[in-house]
Amino acid sequence: MPLSTPQSVGGSTAAAVTAGVATGRRDIKGKIIEGILILCLASSLLILTVLIVDLLRRSWPIWSERPGDFLTGPLNSANASQAGVWQGIKGTIQLALVVAVVAIPLGTACAVYLEEYAGKSKLAAFTRLNVRNLAGVPSIVYGLLGLAIFVQFFGLGRTVWAGGLALSALVLPIVIITASEALRAVPYSVREGAFGVGATRWETTRSHVLPAAAPGILTGVVLSLARAAGEAAPILLVGAATGLLRTGDQSFFDQLSEAFTAMPVIIFSYARQPGADFRELTAAASVVLLVLVLFMNAFAIWLRNRYQRKW
Amino acid sequence: MTRPSIPSQQTALRKDTDVEITADDTQPATADVVDAPAASKEAVFVADDLHVFYGDFLAVRDVNLDIAKNEITAFIGPSGCGKSTVLRCFNRMNDLIEIARVEGRIDYHGIDLYSPGIDAVEVRRRIGMVFQKPNPFPKSIYDNLAFGPRISGIKKKAELDEIVESSLRRAALWDEVKDRLKSSAMGMSGGQQQRLCIARAIAVQPDVILMDEPCSSLDPIATGKIEELMDEIKEEYTIIIVTHNMQQAARVSDMTAFYSVEVNETSDTRTGILVEYDRTDKIFSNPTDERTERYVTGRFG
Repeated sequence: MPLSTPQSVGGSTAAAVTAGVATGRRDIKGKIIEGILILCLASSLLILTVLIVDLLRRSWPIWSERPGDFLTGPLNSANASQAGVWQGIKGTIQLALVVAVVAIPLGTACAVYLEEYAGKSKLAAFTRLNVRNLAGVPSIVYGLLGLAIFVQFFGLGRTVWAGGLALSALVLPIVIITASEALRAVPYSVREGAFGVGATRWETTRSHVLPAAAPGILTGVVLSLARAAGEAAPILLVGAATGLLRTGDQSFFDQLSEAFTAMPVIIFSYARQPGADFRELTAAASVVLLVLVLFMNAFAIWLRNRYQRKW
Repeated sequence: MTRPSIPSQQTALRKDTDVEITADDTQPATADVVDAPAASKEAVFVADDLHVFYGDFLAVRDVNLDIAKNEITAFIGPSGCGKSTVLRCFNRMNDLIEIARVEGRIDYHGIDLYSPGIDAVEVRRRIGMVFQKPNPFPKSIYDNLAFGPRISGIKKKAELDEIVESSLRRAALWDEVKDRLKSSAMGMSGGQQQRLCIARAIAVQPDVILMDEPCSSLDPIATGKIEELMDEIKEEYTIIIVTHNMQQAARVSDMTAFYSVEVNETSDTRTGILVEYDRTDKIFSNPTDERTERYVTGRFG
């Protein structure tokens, strides 16, 4: 060390430093904790891997014999050799669309109000607390809500709209919470900057806070869509078809007011049937749903990385 | 949406007969009103018995001062003396803090800023602000500057281009960024970002620019540039600057207000007070108050 050897270093100080720092001790406790943490991670990854491998193995006859036929075939709980998942894929996409159209704007608007406008009033704090509580309400309760309100009270019947609205109610608290967190992560200085040049609260929110929070809001939105796509209980109660579903030749959007089914419901439906071939169908349908949800999650991650901002 | 606007650039000076000298015996710690600048120059602000509360807590009390047009006024004092709080009263930035409450009066060209008919948004458009930490919007350099003019109704691109260029030139930033106006402002250095924030304030053609410790996060070279800039733009704008740096106050300002803290014995709370307000050279060479002298000579407790 040619640069830093003033006279005072050396002698007794150096000896003391050597004694204190160069102990030769190894951090055994730290190593053990690290090992336990790795074990925890490995076990959860193992469960996921086993699940996927098992599903693929059990559904293998379907994928090797009639993959196209399975993917495009109709819901059929009587004849396993003709059963497919096409109506479920379509139904799940339609449901996700309804959720996207309803829950995203509504949830974001609620979050903007709570974060940017409501301030620190008691009522706002109470509302925030209850939004968190709503996020914990079991999904079957939202199914009952959907049945009572959307199917019966509003007379929407057992349609995609009713199912989509029930799922929207289910994910709305999640959208509000994630959007609130994204808004809260925007530094106050950005708002100050806008107010400082004479912007109103709405101009500040629209031009600066919302764009800055957009990646976080989008991530939350896609994750809620994935959640909605995977829920079976609410749409079962709302009345998704589990046996035979005859879909006419209406356009994609007209079908929103028709009877429907969805991937989780199809899985449920096939799982209830006896026979080995229905076991294969159940596993194959599960793989399809997993792939759908994984795609959505991957899209969320891509969005987040793409629009990530630094302050 | 229509904004009720305050009468533009009304130049009603406060009449001498309205001046209340508040040499109140019960408040011996407070400085008397110093009307020195108003005698010779037009006053932009007249603060009259200004008190600021956060909830029940009295943050600053009995501030009386006049801010002269086209001068740089510096607010100095130890931390917690309320100088930033007072600064933020001048463009009603404190409105954004729910629990903040202002008592007393601030006249802006003769209009009471806190009277019911005044639109705080319109006030802030005329009285711009530069903050302690450079806070450019996470957008392009161009959009940072064009935002203010856009929200005040300028839509034509040619006009916006013109404003962007002239504001950047005023802030001595044009030559450094003219080739990358569309790139993110977040990629600039701290000093450039702060000059961008000054340019952003200039872009809406305000009357006054409030600066809240604008150089506290900058190195001496960037600080020097900002000080030069302030000196240049004071021909057009009235500037109030809060600074922790006494040399900076001495270098750039015409008038200096020294604030201090008084500890309330009974409740153990601290309240800011205006101790002395005078010409900068007087404050630094021959202050009237002993506390000012102790502070500017570095012997503050």
